[in-house]
Amino acid sequence: MERIAIVGASLAGLRCAESLRREGFTGALTIVGAEEHLPYDRPPLSKEFLTAEFEAERLALRAAPYEDLKADLILGQRAQSLNLEARSITLASGGEVDFDGLVIATGAAPRSLAIADGISGVMTLRTLDDAARLKAAIEERKRICVIGAGFIGSEVAATARGLGLNVTVLEAGDQPMLRGVGPIIGETLAELHRSNGVDLRTGVEIESIEQIGEEVRVNIAGEASVDCDLVLLAVGAAPVTQWLESSGLTLDDGVVCDATLLAAPGVVCAGDVARWPNPLFGGESMRVEHWTNAVEQGMHAAKRLLSDDESAPEFSTVPFVWSEQYGIKIQAAGRFSGEDRMEVVHSGTDDARLVAIFERHGGISGVIGFSEPRRVMQYRRLIGAGTPFDEALGASL
Amino acid sequence: MKISVDFDLCKSNAVCMASAPEIFEVRDDGYLYILQEEPDETHRQAVEEAASLCPTRAITVEG
Repeated sequence: MERIAIVGASLAGLRCAESLRREGFTGALTIVGAEEHLPYDRPPLSKEFLTAEFEAERLALRAAPYEDLKADLILGQRAQSLNLEARSITLASGGEVDFDGLVIATGAAPRSLAIADGISGVMTLRTLDDAARLKAAIEERKRICVIGAGFIGSEVAATARGLGLNVTVLEAGDQPMLRGVGPIIGETLAELHRSNGVDLRTGVEIESIEQIGEEVRVNIAGEASVDCDLVLLAVGAAPVTQWLESSGLTLDDGVVCDATLLAAPGVVCAGDVARWPNPLFGGESMRVEHWTNAVEQGMHAAKRLLSDDESAPEFSTVPFVWSEQYGIKIQAAGRFSGEDRMEVVHSGTDDARLVAIFERHGGISGVIGFSEPRRVMQYRRLIGAGTPFDEALGASL
Repeated sequence: MKISVDFDLCKSNAVCMASAPEIFEVRDDGYLYILQEEPDETHRQAVEEAASLCPTRAITVEG
């Protein structure tokens, strides 16, 4: 393999490039990125970047000089299509990148709502440019309405409260974040917002959004509307696969890969865009939009691309995500839903600390913790080891 | 190999503890403790994984 192209210049793509070099790949390496910026870290965009604690320079993902990577970086150019037979990518500019091996790491983009189309006061948050716009708006304005109480929505709500804004959060589901985790966790998450002064409304149906001069009005079915200065639309993200539609690769809410992250001969995937059967969870088809997953898959994809088929190891992981809101560290690992049996295994004297574990098919399948990083990681190891639930319950960690 | 942690960056997510529990430990006080600052080579893979997966990139491995 002489030429490898990586499409996607964020966390998964960069870590993949670094791993390719570490694994001894000396051929030509091209990295294509849709954004103008060098790879940067996204988690602080909803937190430290908005509060101006971190400048953009501090978000740089690579510590070492880029010259050391010996890669051709093509930034600010979107990939338009992939021709697998010709082993070639066409860029939006019309340029072409030829390859022997391909890494698909195009990530995900915020979902939009048709009722928000054309409303100037509605923003989304994914990129550094998005974050700079949101930051400027937050500095000037007093009232923000966040639609969607997932990770991004909840974090921005918490950050905006910390900056003294008036915050309303509208959520279609019955609970904020980590949907369907049952009443105990759901209520804890809701209480976290409310006790910090957020007007959290769950189970709402948004009928329309209007721009009235400088103001935005969000109309809700059967309830008073919300008047605000800006709206953050945070209703999840969809994998960026439009450029692959005519490629012949199998697309199904992501690029479908085998258990080794291979999508086609000489084509691997990593990060938010990859859908693969996770051997640790009985081959459950997963697509994971978390930070650590992007790193792990980026590194794995590099090894997979360079290895012979017979020797290729599968990619197994216990998905892990963390969030920080109102000074509370919320961490979750594995799989869980409101249908699963849940047991609270630890709760602190102040109710800000909590650990709950989940059961599936007799084993521990998931863990959620509030300001309990040590225990979350210990239970995460038990999940990875396939520990029976009763044993995990009795582990007294 | 010598491990150092920038405690101004560390946010005690404990991801390092999942990769290398013999080297890193986040305790109940919420702080990270390095159990071995100069571990032997048998720990290299785990330590390098921990450094790669640190969400705040607070871990440096030298040597």
